[in-house]
Order: sequence, then C-alpha cells, then structure tokens
Amino acid sequence: MSEPMRTALGRVRHHGAAGEGTGHFIAQRWTSIALAILAPWFVVNAALTIGGPSYSAVIDFLTDPVNAVGVVLLVAVSFYHMTLGMQEIIADYISKPLGKIALLLLNAFVPFVIAAGAVFAVLLVNFGV
Amino acid sequence: MAGASRPNNRPISPHLSVWRWHATMASSIFHRLTGMALYGAAIGLAFWLMAAAAGPEMYEPLMDVLMSPLGQVALYLVVAAIAYHLANGIRHLVFDTGAGLNPSDADLTAWFAILFAIATPIGLWALLTFGGA
Repeated sequence: MSEPMRTALGRVRHHGAAGEGTGHFIAQRWTSIALAILAPWFVVNAALTIGGPSYSAVIDFLTDPVNAVGVVLLVAVSFYHMTLGMQEIIADYISKPLGKIALLLLNAFVPFVIAAGAVFAVLLVNFGV
Repeated sequence: MAGASRPNNRPISPHLSVWRWHATMASSIFHRLTGMALYGAAIGLAFWLMAAAAGPEMYEPLMDVLMSPLGQVALYLVVAAIAYHLANGIRHLVFDTGAGLNPSDADLTAWFAILFAIATPIGLWALLTFGGA
C-alpha cells in the first residue's frame, strides 16, 4: 500500500491506520451472516430435542452427525465473531496502552483456547473411549 | 478556558446523562450489551459441551444449576439476547447496503428488534411447554 498521506516520522513510529480495517469489517459481516443461520438453528433444535436435564438426551443430540457438525461450526464462527466484536469494544473504551494491549491479547487467546476445548469435546463425545 | 466564550447554538456531542432516550440510540447500546453478554453465553456453551464430554458426574451438577430458577432466568435472558442481537444484526446488514437509514425507518426497525427480543423467549417457552410431542 502506498502511503502518500503519512509523514516520514509517522511511518517511523508505526503510527496511523493499521491498514487492516477492511478485513475486520468483512470478517465481522460474513460471520454474522453465518450466525444468523447457525444460532437460531441451534437454539430451536437444542431446545426441542434435548429439552431437559437428561444426560442421555445431550449425548443423543451431539452424536447426530448433522448436529455435531452444526455445533462445531457454531462454536468456531461465534467465537471468531465475538472476538472481532470485543476487539472493537476494547479499542473504543480502553485508552491506557498497557490495559488495552493486555485485554486485546487476552481477547485474542482465551476464546481460541476455549473454542479448541469445545470442539475437542464434541469430537470426544462422538469418537472417544 | 479562562476568557474563552462558547458560541451559542452550536451542536455539541451528546451527554448521555442529559440525553433523551430514543429507539435508535437504545438499539445501538443494546447491541453492544447483548454482544458482550453473548460473549459470556458462548463461553457457557463451550463449558456445557465440555461437561457433556466429561460425563454425567460433571454434566448433572451443571444441569442442576441451569434447571434452578436462577438458571432458567439466565437461559431466558440468553435467548432474548440472541434474538435481539440477531434482529438488530440483520438491521445493520441492511444499513450496510445504504437502505433503511432515514429516521422513521431506523426507528421502526429498532422497535421491531426490541419487540422481537421480548417475544422470542416467550414464543420458545410456549413451544416447549404447549407445543408438539
């Protein structure tokens, strides 16, 4: 990207726009379109087929191949979407650099780890011991 | 600033404490609030899946919490938050095309999103209680 609007000093200090805003914008939107299908599907389907506290009901639900794939997609897409959204909220409201960077890093890592655990849990229910 | 005078009748940024609430402003604030709430709900979903994988001795205590009155209220609010974020998210996708941005349309769709969020958990509860098998 050419940077005719940026001064030499600004370039040296790495200040100014990161040049990644469009990617964030597009990712926020394609994930929202996917979630507009996945989230209602999960809420209605899980409520109607599980519909109670029974352990066997949740195992029956998660061992259905369509449900397993749907839940893995829901976790992957929703965690990506919420990380993008929270990144925007942190950038908007947290102005102190140290706190901002710490929260941005936590927001980048923690949901990733939890999502990996959730996907592994679905695999374990289907293929585990 | 001493000695500096502010010209009258110039628009100034909204001070939330003295700002009259209106539907479009509420819809924007609710979108962020429900987004943050659903961040927590998604983490809850992940732990629900992990509890299911861990076995009944982990899953049943979690169900005891979710079936308690407080747990049921929480689930009800999560469904409302999903419904709101869904309806208002679609509203924003329409806004992205440039449509629906005039005040009357934006007001109407904001009210729709709010009413949808109130109606959806009631509808799901009715479906579960009175509907089907």
